[in-house]
Amino acid sequence: MRSILKASAVALVTSAALATGAFADGHKLSGEMKIFLDTSNPAPRATFEGIIAQFDEMHPDLKIETTIIDRDAYKTQIRNFLTANPPDVATWYAGNRMLPYVTTGLFEDVSDLWTGDLAAELASTKTAMTIDGKQWGVPYTYYQWGMYYRKDIFDELGLTVPTNWEEEKANCQKIVDSGRKCYTIGTKFLWTAAGWFDYLNLRTNGYEFHMALTAGKESWTDDRVKKTMANWRELIDMGAFIDDHTAYSWQEAIPFLVDGQATAYLMGNFAVDPIKAAGLTDDQLDFYQFPLITEGIPMAEEAPTDTLHIPSGAANKEAARAFLKFVATPDIQTSMNASLGQLPVNNKASVNTDDKFVKAGFEMLNNASALAQFFDRDAPAEMAKVGMEGFQEFMVRPDNLDQILQRLEKTRERVYK
Amino acid sequence: MSTATLAKSEYEQENRSWYKRNEISITPWLFMAPAILFFMVYVIIPIFQSFEISLFEWDGLGAREYIGTDNYVELWDDPAFYTSLRNNLIWLILYLLAIPAGLFIALFLNQTVVGIRLYKSLFFFPFVISQVVVGLVFTWFYDPTFGLFNTVIGWVGLGPINVLGDPTYVTYGIIAAGLWPQTAYCMILYLTGLNAVDPEQIEAARLDGAKGWKMLWYVVVPQLKPATFIAFVVTIIGALRSFDLISVMTNGGPFGESRVLSFYMFEVALSEYGFRMGYGAAIAVVLFLIMLFFIAYFLYSMYRDERGR
Repeated sequence: MRSILKASAVALVTSAALATGAFADGHKLSGEMKIFLDTSNPAPRATFEGIIAQFDEMHPDLKIETTIIDRDAYKTQIRNFLTANPPDVATWYAGNRMLPYVTTGLFEDVSDLWTGDLAAELASTKTAMTIDGKQWGVPYTYYQWGMYYRKDIFDELGLTVPTNWEEEKANCQKIVDSGRKCYTIGTKFLWTAAGWFDYLNLRTNGYEFHMALTAGKESWTDDRVKKTMANWRELIDMGAFIDDHTAYSWQEAIPFLVDGQATAYLMGNFAVDPIKAAGLTDDQLDFYQFPLITEGIPMAEEAPTDTLHIPSGAANKEAARAFLKFVATPDIQTSMNASLGQLPVNNKASVNTDDKFVKAGFEMLNNASALAQFFDRDAPAEMAKVGMEGFQEFMVRPDNLDQILQRLEKTRERVYK
Repeated sequence: MSTATLAKSEYEQENRSWYKRNEISITPWLFMAPAILFFMVYVIIPIFQSFEISLFEWDGLGAREYIGTDNYVELWDDPAFYTSLRNNLIWLILYLLAIPAGLFIALFLNQTVVGIRLYKSLFFFPFVISQVVVGLVFTWFYDPTFGLFNTVIGWVGLGPINVLGDPTYVTYGIIAAGLWPQTAYCMILYLTGLNAVDPEQIEAARLDGAKGWKMLWYVVVPQLKPATFIAFVVTIIGALRSFDLISVMTNGGPFGESRVLSFYMFEVALSEYGFRMGYGAAIAVVLFLIMLFFIAYFLYSMYRDERGR
């Protein structure tokens, strides 16, 4: 209750500040607007409820109806509701993940929003939102990936944050010698293994090759892929990863880090919240960038972007456009991402510098040579599925590598024809 | 006068409505009509639609593209399909263990002691709870870090075994979980069957000196034939449509080793990374043909029984 009161108090203040701007164009929105959200986790849910209340306040004649759908269920339901019962605004993801809805004409072209100041402010994600030279949605947040590690264990073992692959492996050897595992991971739902592949490939072969590979333009049996896998194998052979990771989800892998059985977790920033909830403090948990592997390759990072779209069947596109514009403004992106614990896409928005993870991520992504979305957003769904299954198998049975890569190559030939 | 009346009544009879004249033959069909309608719409027509869709390449959204039997050709050398098919076979065979297990529990419980009703309902309990709950319970049971299973085999110096994460054990682990409720189901079928066993025949057999296994095999089991038949039917069908346990316990993993056809179909056609409707439909058709084999057998034996009476 208290948080709701607080949120609405904040909402009142900011909406008062914004109201003048919104009414200035002399246009009143009316009718109904339906918003479908996949923000089913508590923090994102509260965030969206807050900004929708704010938007509602600015447009008293507009009736807003919000539907929040479980994040995983949403991924399959979106196909049904986009065709059968389209809302006016829907959340989704950038990159290749939106391709099927763009090619079938289910998303509205919103290039008209990507003009003037807004285009400049959102420039960092423009390529991720562009298909066929048009933009199909507006980003509201992104977050960094990297190593979340146990600073106290590093101190205990006298380790320093590694900056290159040799140091990473040397650190890991010491950790293994101390009876711990270097990395926790839960691969039951596969995608966590793809995080490792992405970073190893980005660091071994660089962003261009990684993008060409996920776009189906390079072969999976290429020697460069084998080099990436060989680097991965070094860690696997060292016993760097926790045992039995195929039995755990990403959340179930957290206790290993909290108990100190493992010292680091390659994850997205959304993991910080549950890790802290499980009992680690800011003094124990810290963050470092995935280290350099091949000398001379610029450091590209993973930064999955979450976005808002207008279905082409929407009834109230005028209101939807106004909402997308509203969400893209610096103020809203600042307040939204402060409560999400993530990074605003708008470069005029400010970052919550009290949060050291957000701060570290912001600096890292600002200096990144390029941003990848994530394996299952850069590669088409089918390729992603077969690929991630292959990575999981590789982590358990590294000897099957040739077989796995051939399978991926066969899938590539079929998927991208 | 009388002739006139007669003529009129005859006239009336001929003018009875068409429904009145055919009442006897029409009424059953009228009663069955709603069932037939829904059975057509939800079962029969979708079967043919699946056949049709399996000839197309379709993502469920865009245009359909006719590709003939390409989906089946692809299925033919898809290793994941063979893994699923092999697992389906393992399921079919091992799931049948529920029948003898159910029979023995039923025999064991078929006695009159104080509180037997309570014991019976406790044994029946796993069938009442949802498959999802069964799956979750077994997932924790098998958990490599805190699961009871590894603790217990640890006492005899074995393990730890990561049952659900190891491709060699995973299918057996899930089947064991599935057998728990299925055994309870077979047990209840046999318990009702045992009520109908003729005490006179038991008496007669006893006089002839039958006891133990012979009594069971030659006297009791033949009388339980109807129960066995139903247990067989529900177990076969249960094995072929095993889906929820796999979905809850392993999500088909590790690397697809615990998939069965129905789960593979779901994954290909409807899951997060799927949406190959044509390929999914092709898997569905194969699964349907396997089921058809059993369904035909069941229908035939039921038909034979009906005629035998």
